[in-house]
Amino acid sequence: MEDPVSENVESAAVAKAPARTPGELVALVEALIFVSEEPIGTKLLADILGEEKGAIQAAVEQLSAEYVERSSGLQIREIAGGYQIATRPEFHEEIRAFLKTRPSAKLSLASLETLAVIAYKQPVTVPEILDIRGVQSATSIKTLLDKRLIVAKGRKEAVGRPMQYGTSKEFLLQFGLKDLSELPSIEDFEDLVSSGSELA
Amino acid sequence: MVKDISKVTEELEQFSFDFHTEKPEIVAAGRDELRVRIGDFAGPLDLLLYLIKQEQANIFDIPIAKITAKYLETIQLMKRLDIAVAADFLVMAATLIEIKSKMLLPRDPKAEDEDIEFDDPRRELVDRLLEYEKFKTAAGMLHERTTIEQATFTRGALETDENNSEVDATVFDLLTVFQKIVARHLEEVKMEIEREEISLADMIRTLEGRIVEFGEVNLSGFFEEMRSHRELVTAFIAALEIVRSEAVRLVQNKTFGEILLRRA
Repeated sequence: MEDPVSENVESAAVAKAPARTPGELVALVEALIFVSEEPIGTKLLADILGEEKGAIQAAVEQLSAEYVERSSGLQIREIAGGYQIATRPEFHEEIRAFLKTRPSAKLSLASLETLAVIAYKQPVTVPEILDIRGVQSATSIKTLLDKRLIVAKGRKEAVGRPMQYGTSKEFLLQFGLKDLSELPSIEDFEDLVSSGSELA
Repeated sequence: MVKDISKVTEELEQFSFDFHTEKPEIVAAGRDELRVRIGDFAGPLDLLLYLIKQEQANIFDIPIAKITAKYLETIQLMKRLDIAVAADFLVMAATLIEIKSKMLLPRDPKAEDEDIEFDDPRRELVDRLLEYEKFKTAAGMLHERTTIEQATFTRGALETDENNSEVDATVFDLLTVFQKIVARHLEEVKMEIEREEISLADMIRTLEGRIVEFGEVNLSGFFEEMRSHRELVTAFIAALEIVRSEAVRLVQNKTFGEILLRRA
C-alpha cells in the first residue's frame, strides 16, 4: 500500500528538483514525522521529499539534537524501523492525568519470560520454550498471541511439525525497539548472571 | 422504575456469555521482599533459583539435600496452581530427588584413578538453571523497557488520520450506551400487548444485514428502534456477539461519542 503512494510522490517531488536549505529540510522532516500515524522510515521520507537517505538521516539527527538541546517535552525516537515524535517519559504522570488513562495491565512474570525466550530464540516451538523455562507456557503463549506481541511463524520440519513463534512489529513498538538487533545480546545476561552467582 | 432496571439486569444475566474476564496479571513481588506469596513463581526453575539465593548457596555447588527439602516444603504450600503447572513442579521435585540419590552413591574409584573429571549429577541442572536465569534476566529487561514505553505518548490522532480519528470502544462503553437507552425506555409509558418474540439469531442477522448494507451502524440508534426490554436485551447481546466474532469493529469517534459498529 505504501509503495504506489511513495512512487507517485517521488516522481512529483523529483520533478520539482528540491532546492532546500538544511534548515528547511529539518523543518519538513519534523512536520512529516509529526503527521505520520505510524513511525515513518528514512526511505519513505526520502521518497516523499526527493532527497537522499543520508540527507534525511542527517536532518533527523539535527532535529533530535535540537529537541535535546532545548530540553523539549518531546523527543524523536527511532522505533520499529521508523521515526516517531513522542513525549518524554518523565512527564507520564501529568500526561496520564490529562488523558485520564492508566498504564495498561502488565504482563505476568511467566508471560514476560516466555516472551524473552521467543524474542531471543525465534523462531521457536512450544517444546523448546518448555525446555528453557521448565514449565508449560501455553497460557502465556495465548496471552502473548492475544496481545499480538508474537505471531506464528510457520511449522518446523520436525516430528509433529510443531508451530514456531516469533515476535511481531507490535512487540517492537511496545518495547521501544528500533529492530530486534537492538535487544541486548543474551550473552550479556550470561556475564551478569555468573558474576552474580559466583559466590565462591 | 428502579425495580424495572434490576429486572433488565436480571434478564441480562440469564444469558451466560463468555466475557473472557482475564484478570490483570500481577508481576511477582521483588526477589528481595521478605513476604513471598506462594504461586508467584514463574516455574520450577524460578523457585529453585529463589531457594538457592535464599540459602545463599553457590549455584555451582548446590547443597542438594537442603535445597530438595526446601523445594518439597514449598510446593506442598502451593494450592492455587493449575494441574499442568503443578506437574512441571513435580517433575522438578523428582529430578532433585534423583540427583540427591545419585550424590549418595560412592564415586567410581576407577574414574578417580584415571583422573577423569568427576561427572557431577548436578551439572545438567546447573546448566539449565544458568540458561534459564539468562532469560529471566532478559524478562526483567523487557519489563523495564515496557514500563518506560508506557510512559511515552505519541500525539493524539488527527482528523486526517485514516479511519477518522477513532478509538476502539470497549464493552464497557457498550454497556453505558445500553444503560442510557434502557433509562430512556423507562421514561416512555408503553403498553406491551403483543408478544412477538425475536430470537437472538434473528437479531444478529438483522444487525449483520444492516452493517453489510450501510457499512456501519450507529448502536444507540439501533437500540432505540427496539420496542420492548426483551428486544433491547436481545439487540444488546446480538451486538456483543457480532463484536466477539470479530467481523466488525466497535469504534467511537470521540470519548463519550456515539458508538458505531463498522465492518472490519
